[in-house]
Formats: sequence, structure tokens, C-alpha cells
Amino acid sequence: MSIKKISKEQPEFFKFSEENLNKAKKIISKYPTEKQASAVMPLLYLVQGQNENWIPLVAMKYIAKFLNIPYIRVYEVATFYSMFNLSPVGKYFVQVCTTTPCMIRGAYKIVDVCKEKICENQKELSKDNIASWTEVECLGACVNAPMMQINDDYFEDLDKEKTEEIIEMILNDKQPKPGSYRNRKSAEPENKRTTLLNIKNA
Amino acid sequence: MLKDTDRIFTNLYNDESWKIDSAISRGDWKNTKEILSKGKEWIINEIKLSELRGRGGAGFPTGLKWSFAPKEIGSRPHYLIINGDESEPGTCKDRDIFKFEPQKLIEGCLISSYAVGAHTCYIYIRGEFFREGQKLQTAIEEAYEKNFLGQNACNSGWDLDIHIHYGAGAYICGEETALLESLEGKKGLPRIKPPFPALVGLYGCPTIVNNVETIAVVPTILRRGGKWFASLGKPKNTGTKIFCISGNVNNPCNVEEELGITLKELIEQHAGGVIGGWDNLQAVIPGGSSMPLLPKNICDTITMDFDSLIKEKSGLGTAGIVVINKDQDIIKCMARIAKFYKHESCGQCTPCREGSGWMWRMLERMAKGNASIKEIDLLSEVTKQIEGYTICAFGEGSSWPVQGLLRHFRKEIEKRNSSDPLIIKQNKNIPYLIDQHLLEEDNA
Amino acid sequence: MPKLIVNDKEIEIEEGLTVLQACEQAGAEIPRFCYHEKLSIAGNCRMCLVEMEKSAKPIASCATTATEGMNIKTNTLKVEKARKNVMELLLANHPLDCPVCDQGGECDLQDQSMFYGLDLSRFTEKKRSVKKKYMGPLIKTEMTRCIHCTRCIRFATEVAGIDEIGAIGRGEDMQITTYLEKAMESELSANVIDLCPVGALTSKPYAFEARPWELKNTETIDVMDAVGSNIRVDTYGWEVKRILPKINEDINEEWISDKTRYACDGLLKQRLDKPYIRENGKLIKSNWTDAVQLVINKIKNTKPSQIAGFIGDLVDLESMYIFKKFFNKSLNSTNLEFRNEKRYLNPDERINYLFNSTINGIEEADLILLIGTNPRQEAAILNARIRKSYVKNKIKIYSIGDPGELTYPYEIIGHDTSVIKDIIEGSHHVSLKIKNSEKPLIIIGESILNSDAAEYIFKSIKNFLTKNDKINPNWNSFNILTQRASNVGAMDLGLYKITKKDNYEVLNKLNNNEFKLIYLLGADELKFNKKDEFIIYQGSHGDKGASIADVILPSAAYTEKDGYYVNLEGRIQKAFKASYPPGESKEDWEIINNISQFLNKRLDIINKFDLETKLIKSNNLYSKESYITKEKNSSEINQSKIPFINSKLEIKQIDYYFTNPICRASKTMLECKTVKNNFKLTGTEG
Ligand SMILES: Cc1cc2nc3c(=O)[nH]c(=O)nc-3n(C[C@H](O)[C@H](O)[C@H](O)COP(=O)(O)O)c2cc1C
Ligand code: SF4
Ligand code: FES
Repeated sequence: MSIKKISKEQPEFFKFSEENLNKAKKIISKYPTEKQASAVMPLLYLVQGQNENWIPLVAMKYIAKFLNIPYIRVYEVATFYSMFNLSPVGKYFVQVCTTTPCMIRGAYKIVDVCKEKICENQKELSKDNIASWTEVECLGACVNAPMMQINDDYFEDLDKEKTEEIIEMILNDKQPKPGSYRNRKSAEPENKRTTLLNIKNA
Repeated sequence: MLKDTDRIFTNLYNDESWKIDSAISRGDWKNTKEILSKGKEWIINEIKLSELRGRGGAGFPTGLKWSFAPKEIGSRPHYLIINGDESEPGTCKDRDIFKFEPQKLIEGCLISSYAVGAHTCYIYIRGEFFREGQKLQTAIEEAYEKNFLGQNACNSGWDLDIHIHYGAGAYICGEETALLESLEGKKGLPRIKPPFPALVGLYGCPTIVNNVETIAVVPTILRRGGKWFASLGKPKNTGTKIFCISGNVNNPCNVEEELGITLKELIEQHAGGVIGGWDNLQAVIPGGSSMPLLPKNICDTITMDFDSLIKEKSGLGTAGIVVINKDQDIIKCMARIAKFYKHESCGQCTPCREGSGWMWRMLERMAKGNASIKEIDLLSEVTKQIEGYTICAFGEGSSWPVQGLLRHFRKEIEKRNSSDPLIIKQNKNIPYLIDQHLLEEDNA
Repeated sequence: MPKLIVNDKEIEIEEGLTVLQACEQAGAEIPRFCYHEKLSIAGNCRMCLVEMEKSAKPIASCATTATEGMNIKTNTLKVEKARKNVMELLLANHPLDCPVCDQGGECDLQDQSMFYGLDLSRFTEKKRSVKKKYMGPLIKTEMTRCIHCTRCIRFATEVAGIDEIGAIGRGEDMQITTYLEKAMESELSANVIDLCPVGALTSKPYAFEARPWELKNTETIDVMDAVGSNIRVDTYGWEVKRILPKINEDINEEWISDKTRYACDGLLKQRLDKPYIRENGKLIKSNWTDAVQLVINKIKNTKPSQIAGFIGDLVDLESMYIFKKFFNKSLNSTNLEFRNEKRYLNPDERINYLFNSTINGIEEADLILLIGTNPRQEAAILNARIRKSYVKNKIKIYSIGDPGELTYPYEIIGHDTSVIKDIIEGSHHVSLKIKNSEKPLIIIGESILNSDAAEYIFKSIKNFLTKNDKINPNWNSFNILTQRASNVGAMDLGLYKITKKDNYEVLNKLNNNEFKLIYLLGADELKFNKKDEFIIYQGSHGDKGASIADVILPSAAYTEKDGYYVNLEGRIQKAFKASYPPGESKEDWEIINNISQFLNKRLDIINKFDLETKLIKSNNLYSKESYITKEKNSSEINQSKIPFINSKLEIKQIDYYFTNPICRASKTMLECKTVKNNFKLTGTEG
């Protein structure tokens, strides 16, 4: 994993919204007093939620002060975990799993669609800044491979055409329906189910 | 095939509802108070009797692990941590437990926390499972509403709070001590052991870490008895397990089966068979990406349990079965796994940090036919320079799959790389000593 | 005491040692990169692997506690293979650019690869290249060479107490950096250069200056503060090329402050290498004969009562000893003073001006009360001990007055003398805490001794401690934090004048312009309104003293002569000559001895050796080197006799990088100061 790019353009100021401030306080209360450093990851998520899905440097400082820990410790955490974005991503942030189980079921076809429709390079914004994509490691939905994640939702059991549909939608700023694109409601076998038939038929 | 009546996760396919009332109608939260009233000793003993082994990958006996927690709660509180990081490629079972059987997990948390003396339980969920986490949070709130959690949970006299903590995209945080570091708000760097978490864990306090599935089966075991669980599967490899069958099969699926079932039955019966037929099978990764793959001839007969797989120099791991048929380039498949490990190495200790990238680069070249035959031995040596020398088991996890490839598909690599070794030629002009790195700025 | 077997030899060791330490005791050397005795254990380099019976995998000896019955082998093939393996992996992405690396010749990686390295690199992939990181004016980085041992991170966090270095990213792309590549803020920052086992962090001012084997090493004593850090001065010809710490567990352990290390380029600049005489308002180059003649004429024409001598901050004991003799015998004057401003002094007994708990003692303290001091600026190394004590024992630290940012948490309990009154009267909660504490540590800083209430604070605190038996043969909780290298020695030798009525007689007379002839022995910090006084300045640098002088006598700096110093604990230590004085400058004692001869009032000093012998004999404290005597304490006095003075207590900020003529001449110190100021101005740190 190469070092994350840190956006050249940085806002001057960051502050939690009223709502997030309350959330932050609630989060901190989940951990023992004196151990509030534990809240650093949840708070970074809050920042991401408030700031168009990326974390500016001022926000890292803000969190460091909020939790009374050194800046460098927040910076370390923000660069270690791959889900923290340190430069802007699209309003629709597409993450395509290309690890072996997805790969052998055609993940790179999805990558091709992304390259064609969103942007040739990963981690770069599409023309109108609405979307960006990146390859990621196994997202833990191997039985529904190939799959991708857009913002918080999983899109599973994909193929080239279905992916094209989905990407078209987001490029038009429409929210596609998450879940399986072969109408599976879970990780049950698509055909010839062999177990728990009583319950199924009940 | 396992009888449906012996399946624990009856809502695995979400035929009913994940909501608490539905879960209760399926038998969750029945007699929980009575179970707790039998005491810690009894619970731990029953789990020992069941011979339940951890479902997170290492297969450590769960009852034994619990017995390591100090008997009395001293000045330091105890913690129970549920490992829901589920990042091992090929594995997606804990996700379905979060989605469809959350009450099994939550009830398991209460019973296990009681058994190990914890009043606080954190469930560590990988960050990508945001929606699953939301569902679980709702499920937890439902349980609180029914007074199954919180103060005097289930009227048992025991207090328990459960909190969810999200990861943020780091496979290594599945390693239990890295997970603890992450929970403490740091980078997920595995700790040196000993001391083990059971004595010095989260915030320096006694901590028991268990996989989601391990904990979710606990209530059923205690309801139906350790003996019942032990009667399933094979000796020392007892009970049921959720297998995740992915890759080149006709009907990829998760299915709960008895340990010791044959691999062939799993693939043929439950997953609709290999795409292109059994004879089109090339290899199977039997237990998540860390476990060495098995070639077809072994797959013909192997049974899926901890000990049989160890005999074949592989392992049950997380029971994430990745089926690879002959349409795939096996070297490329493994190179991609090596890339995964390179990407996920925490970077703390030398062999893993430097070795994982080295292995990946060699494999990439081998997949392209750009390596020399000599390098196959070098690759093998590098895997052995990592294995056994690292702080955590990631070192093994990253080198075993490569060793598996070399063990069973060496010929394949030799065939592809028999031509003149290009790479050696390429490097001839590079001065050996000075600033070699400056020549190449773009390192992958 | 556990017994274990190392390479078939049974040894018995102390409880709690690591396997690595046990092996060392058994005489088996273990290679290591990440392990460092003074830092927490990381166990990440994997170089120290050894074989242990009953363990399938080799174990990291640095991270394993040695326990009863272990059977360790360090000399087997398996161990050698492990080391070779790790070595190869460490070198895989290392640039191997030893010929252009400053660490060459003293690099752990280079040395160990001689034993465990392969002849040929089997790693044929592209090597990783890592961008250089800015870490300030002192540390030069070449991060491609980094082997990720994390020693620097652990040092900054644990010892320096300022979390400012970290490892960002992960896996093979992990990089060591300061937060957004800011200069390090710690006064101990450059110690990471010594700690870095490879050439990733090297010395910026020393870059490409010399190879270690070309340098002459002299072990000596630092004078940048009163701590007396032990140092090694490396010279190339006359030039001091660099200064490194020398281990002294009682004082500086393994560390030195950045000032100690880097003010040394000031030894080459603004040096006085010739006598000067002021003519028509301008200083003109002269020679020894004329300059000394002028001095003698002036002395002969001035009444002894109108002659005064002031001693600077860096002066050694020998010079002070002979200077006093010279004043008393040759000049018939007792007007001597080492204080540069009105700082209360009570020399009745020696414990009144020492850091009595000792630096080592800090680690045993169970409570610390700072009164008017910022130890971080005033004695950075001592401050590191306070931090160590805090980390080790999580002790509570209180402060009276606001010291600003320190490297450990503390609580301010007040800003004026009324708190002290409350404490001694028992109405403050800290009062009881001190009484109940077994080993409290009270540190009184110079800021307080400069205040109106100095006498009140000094006497009543000491009284309070005496009354509560906190000053006894086993533990003396009363500490004065002196800031200047010469001061404790000056107090021992009596280079001050105190009368019953007037604590500052010489200074008061100076301010009233009662002196006609002033002899400044390296004294640069004296502030007064000069009228028609004739000023002799004897010293090494063209600094403040020289600028007001009428005649300048050039002398040697601390690295250019042998000389004794007494540190703030009262420990006498000898500094050794590493270089020689530039141009025509001479050692202080020689100049003074000369003048006395020309005055025909010879001092009975034959040579330097003779001077040294007489000095040591003059005070029985000095008869044993590096020995701290347990000083006696007089009995308690009546508190009612000490009038209460209400006064605000402010802690004077010192200009850390600019405290003496050597630092002020140093380009490096100027850079440090500028960087720090910019930092504050732009507010980038917030
Ligand atoms: C690199 C690595 C990754 C791991 N990832 C997971 C994981 O995602 N989920 C999990 O439950 N256990 C994981 N483990 C295993 C845990 O360290 C630990 O053994 C397990 O959570 C214990 O639970 P169990 O006894 O219930 O299996 C991982 C181990 C290693 C070395
Ligand atoms: S083996 Fe890899 S993942 Fe584990 S501690 Fe070492 S570097 Fe980190
Ligand atoms: S010295 Fe033991 S692992 Fe580095």
C-alpha cells in the first residue's frame, strides 16, 4: 500500500457540526475514562461523514485536540487504515474488490468498466467530480463475487452489463439499489438449495 | 449431510427475519437466565466438553481459552472482544451472522462475558461492513429494550454492555493483538506475545478475544449440551461450521455443515459443482487465503476438518473455500494473493515487511514468464525466511500460500519460466553499490 | 534469582532481565537493531532471534523475559541462518550507499552485515525509494536507508516526552516522519541521530565533515548548563567537528541536549585570538606586552576598593581559584561576584545551593514540586529524568508559577507566595501530600531567587522541610536548580561578597558606579550602566563583554583546556583538553598568573599541575572526584523570624539557544532559534 496522497488543497478550518459533536461525545462515552484515545477511529469517520468523505489535515488536529492526543498519533492512524481518505473522492466512491475470489469471477471486467466510465486512473475524480474509483482488497463478500462497494453499500453478483448500469446511474447522480444483482437475498446457493428447506418452504 | 434439526444458524439464508421476535421464536434467548444461573464453572466445562474450537482461523479450544481468564476479577476489569474483522479472502460468514442471526451472537456475548467475568464487550467489525454494523446495532438495541442486556441482564444479576467498534480497512486488525491496539486508538500493530491477552489485553486488562461464529454457537451448545455438539463431526474436530464456498463453482454459497464433511460433497452437493465439472478442477484453497492450496487429487478425498487438513500441510483456517478451475492461471491467482499480503502487512517486523513485497514481485514476474528457474528456489527460500521469524502469524499466512503453490504447481512455473531469464539481463547495467534506488522512482 | 542455561553454560541472573541481557551476561553477544536499553521493547527487527528449547520457532531474545530453567542456544546453525535471513531482508531494500553515507564507519547495519551479510544481493527487484523528510536544522534524513527499527519514535515519545515522530502508512511503504515534516521541538531531538542504527538520520551540521576514523576523541564535560553532561569531543586538527554524549548513568545517561551537541560550531566563530586595546572608542588589535602593560598601569593607579572582578558562566574551578587568589593577594581586593544579577544566595551551608536529591534521586521521588522553574529549558537533561520518573512511577508533579510546556503533565497550584505560605502553614492540600510523601522533591528555580520574596521562600521552604524531616541523611528533598556551569564551583570557592545587611554588595556598588576598574573573567551577562569604568575583558568570544571592554585578553574556551567543574549536584568532574586555543589566546590561569608576576605580586603557582593540586587541597569536598558528600543541615529556625513577603512568582523564559557566548556565536543555534520563532509566529503548531 503506497503512502496516501494528501490533498494539496486543504480547508483552513474544521469543526464538528452540532449533531456530530453530540455523536462524538456519545462515542467517547463507550470507552473507559482516560482511554478516550480509543475513539480516534470513530471520530475520523465522523469527520469523513461531515466533509464529503475525506479527512483534511485541520480535522486531524481538531481530533487530536478533542481527544488530547498528539497530532502525529492521529496522522499515523489516518494513514495506516485504508478507509480513511486524505484527499477528495467522488460523491460516489466506488471500491472494486479484485482479490483472488473476486478476480476469478471477473472482477477485472468491473475495473474495466470503471476505467472506461469514471476515470482512466484510480483514485482520481471523474470529469464532473461526481465519482472516483479504486481497487481494494477482499471486502468479505466472496460468495457473492464479483462485487464492489459504493459509499456504504455493497453491490454483489455483478457482471459487466450490470456494472455498466450501476455506474451510469451514479454518473447521473442517481442512487442505485444495493445488494445482489442476481436477486439473491443472502449467500444461499442460487439454484438447487440443499439445506433448511423446511424453513424455506414454511 | 447434516440434519436440518442439527443446524444452529437456521436463519442463515434469511428465510425468516433477523428481528428479535423472530429470533426468539426460533429459540434464541430461551432459558438464558437458567443457563447463567448454573455458574461460570459449569459453562466453561460444558464448552470444554463440546470440544468447540475457535472459528477465527487458529482453531484454539474455546473452553480452554476462557479458563485462562483470571478466576476472580481483580482491580482491572475483564473484557470480551468479538473479532468480526473478517478480512481473510474467501471468508464471508461472520457477515451473514451479523445480518441474519445477530441475536445468536448477542446472546453468546452475554453468556461468554459472564463466563470470563467481563462487564463490557466490544464487537470489532471491519469498517466496510457498515450496513451490517447498523443492523447489529439495531439488534443490540432490541436486546437492551427487552432487558437482555444492560444492568441485571436477563435478570441474571450480571451487568453487560456491548459496544460496536468499527475497523477501517486493515486485514491485520483481525489478528487479536493488533485488534486490541486498534481498539485502543492506535495503528493495528500486533503485540509481542507473551503476555497473552487473557492476562494483559485491552488497556492492559484481562481480555478474551473470540471470533463471531465461535461466540454465536455458544448459546445453542449450552442449550443442547456439550455432548450433542461433540457428537457431530469428528473427535477433536467437533460440531458444525459455516463453510463459504466461492470461486469457480456453479452455486457459490455459505452453508452450515458438520466438520469432517468431504470437500467434494461440499462443492458438488451444496455449491452445485465445479464450473466445467469436477474434472475441470485445478485446485482449492480450503481455509481462506492463508491456507496452502490443494491440487485436485487431494481434493478428491480430503475431509474438511482441522486435523485432516493439517496432515495435507494445509489448514481449515476460516473454512473459506476458494475453488479454482482449470480456466484460471494458477500462478496469477497466487500472485494476486501475494499482493494482498503485501498490501496488508503492517510493516512492523522486518521479514514480513520486506519479504511480502519480494514474494509478490517474484510471483508477478513468474506469472508473466519473466523469471529464471533458479528464482523458484529463491522464492521458496524467501518464504522460509519469513515463516517462523515474525511477530505474528501473518508471516505464516503470507508465506504458506506461496509454499503451497510451489509444492503443487512447481512444474507449471518451470514451464513458463524456462526461457532465458530476462530479468538478469535487465539488471546488468545497474551499478551494484550506489543509489540503485534512485534509478527507479516509480516503485509499485 | 532465576537460573538458566545459555550455550550449555548455567548462569544465574537478576529477576526481570530479558533473554538478550542474560545471553550478554553469559558472554554471548546478540546482534540487534531495534533493541535499546533505555527504550521500550519493540521486538520488530528480528535480528536478535535465538533458539530456545521446547520452542519450535526461534524467539526474539530482546522481547522475552528470561525465566528459570530456560535453555538458550545462540551458536547453532539455526540461529545463524535466522540472522542471515533477517539480514538479507533488511538489506533487500536498503540502498547500500555506504560510500556516500555519513554513518559509514559507525553503522550497525554495515558492521553486522560483515558477519551475517551475503556476498551477493539476491534481491533483483527495484529497490524502494523514500522521500527525504524535513526534521529541522539538526537532523538530516535519508529515509531510503531507514530499516524501521522505530528507535527514533520511541525516543521522542518516551524519553523526550514529545510525541512528534511517527511511522505513517503501513507495510513496506511505511515511512518515518515528523507530523507534516515539522522541525522537532524537543531540546533533546538530536539524540535520535545517535540512536538511528543506520544512516537514515544523520547530523545536518556535521554532514560530510569527516569520517569517524579521522577524528581524535576526547572525553570531557559539557558547560552549556550546570548539569555537567559527560561528552565526547571529536576534533580534526584544531576544529571541534562534533560533540557526542558519553554515557554517565548518574548524570546524563546516554543523552545530551541539542545545545550541548551543536553549539560547538560557535567555538570556531567570533573568537578572540589576539589582545585588543580600545583607542578613541575603537578596539584595535594589539599584543600581549602592550595589553598586559596597560592592565598593570590601570591596576597600579586604582584604589583596591575600586577594583571589582566578575566571573562568567563557563569558567572552570582552576581559573576561579587563581582569580580569587589574584584579587585577594595581588590586588588586595575582595570585590568578587559570580552572580550577574541580584539572585539571593545563602551560602551558610553547602546544601543551600545544591541539587541535593541528586539527578539519580529524581527517579526515586514520589512527588515533585517545582517552584519557579522550567527545568525543560534550564536543564534539559535533568528534565528528561523528571520525565523518566514520571513515566516509571506515574508520580504527581506540581508547579508554583507557570513554566509553560513541559514534557510531562503537571498541575499549577498557584502564582504567588501566598501558596507557599499556605503550604508551610499546612492549609494547602499539597502540604499534607508532602508530609506524607516518603521522598518528595522540591526544586527551587532561579526565577524565584531573583524575586523580592527570595529570602522568604528559600528560608521557609527549607524550614518546612527540615521540620517535617524531609532533609535527613537518607533523603534530602531540598533542591536548587542552578543554570550555569561555573556557579556551584564559584559558591564553593566563595567568589561572592555577602554581608549581614547586603546580599548583593558588589552588584549594588557596580550599579552605583563605585568601581573604577572592572575585570570581567569571561563575564558576558552582566548588565549595568557603564560610566567611566575601565573594563578588562578576559574571555574567548567577541561577545557582550568584549564589546564594552577597554582591553581584551583572549583566552581558551572549555574544549581547549583541562579544568574542573562542579555540577548542580555538587559533583566535581574534570574536563579535558580536546583542542588548543586559537591564535595568541592563552589559558585563563596563565594570563592571570602572568599579570601577577608583572605586578610583582607573585602567586605561588608554579604550573598547571601545581594549581590543580592546590585547588583540590583547598577544599576537602574536592578530594574525591565525582563524589557527592552527604551535606549537613543546620537545625530549624523560628518561622516567625522570616517576614512574609507577598509577591507574584513569574518564571523567566530563557532564550534557550542563546544563553552564552558560545551558543550566540553558533550558526546552528541561530538556525534553531529562528525555526522555533517562526513556528510560534506562524502558529503552525496549533
Ligand atoms: C493475520 C491474521 C488475521 C486474522 N484475522 C481474523 C479475522 O478476521 N477474524 C477472526 O475471527 N480471527 C482472525 N484471526 C485470528 C485471531 O488472531 C484469533 O485467533 C481469533 O480471533 C480467536 O478467536 P477464536 O478462538 O474464536 O477463533 C487472524 C489472525 C491472523 C494472524
Ligand atoms: S508479521 Fe507482518 S503483520 Fe505481523 S507484526 Fe510482523 S509485519 Fe506486522
Ligand atoms: S533487537 Fe530483538 S527484535 Fe530487534
